[in-house]
Amino acid sequence: MTQTTGKILGWILGTALATGFVVVMGQLAIVPAMKAMPPGETTATGLAEVLFYVIAGLTIAGAAGVALSRNILYSAIGLLAALLGAGALYVFLAADFLAVAQLLVYIGGVLVLVLFAVMLTNRITEITVSNASLGLWGGAMLFVAVAPVLLAVALVTPWETITPAAAAYTTETIGDGLLTRWLLPFEIASMVLLATLVGAVVIARKEIKAD
Amino acid sequence: MQISLSHFLIVGALLFCFGLVTVTTRRNAVGVLMGVELILNGANVNFAAFNHYVVGGVSGQVFALFVIVLAAAEAAVGLAIVLAVFQTFKTIDVRYADLMRE
Repeated sequence: MTQTTGKILGWILGTALATGFVVVMGQLAIVPAMKAMPPGETTATGLAEVLFYVIAGLTIAGAAGVALSRNILYSAIGLLAALLGAGALYVFLAADFLAVAQLLVYIGGVLVLVLFAVMLTNRITEITVSNASLGLWGGAMLFVAVAPVLLAVALVTPWETITPAAAAYTTETIGDGLLTRWLLPFEIASMVLLATLVGAVVIARKEIKAD
Repeated sequence: MQISLSHFLIVGALLFCFGLVTVTTRRNAVGVLMGVELILNGANVNFAAFNHYVVGGVSGQVFALFVIVLAAAEAAVGLAIVLAVFQTFKTIDVRYADLMRE
């Protein structure tokens, strides 16, 4: 009973936080941007920025869900959010082919595989599909130790950036490159995939015991 | 504020950190594999971002494509190993899988 109450309280708190976030974002970012913006071309960039923040937030929230959720099915949903968000970020980076590959391979392939593994290896009769973690404090300390370093590197380093090229279709260039400049890695990748196929079947099959 | 290289690097760094925490704290082997996927995605975001803002062309995108291919292969083999471990030990808690075979 208390668990149910706690769950309901958690959901209410989460919804309130999300609503508050949207309202505050609207007050701070969207409304002033709309007011300051003269109608015309600049509106598009403002919208793109807001969209970027929303998608980045979705990605990071999904990753946090994978790391912190107590239920492995929720972890899988968090992974879905993180992978979808990363795929959307590729669109911002003018990498359309990469975005579609992410969608097909990760969401259509890897995520389904992960869900299969979850369903096959947990007893479905258990109500909470266990995903216990050990040492959340250790994990938190690791996060505190690693994250500031990486963030500082990303923010402080004076990257020598170029003016990004305008978005264009990249599929043709990538296809040409895969058959000329990157032909050897391409062929090696196909061999790796073949070996993976055989290896996965050999490992996962049921061993027939000779009695 | 214009979206710049740093924004994408921050997202990549946070993905990597959460993946690292997942890999180190999960007891469930499938959870550990999810953490590996997060780490690879963080690296991929960085590849695409540097390709767009620093290098130009498509070389970074091709590298990210190869990473995606290898991540798919890793997931297939890893989950097959998880299934084999489950058949042997009747659990996928990584603390109890301490033998190569029964």
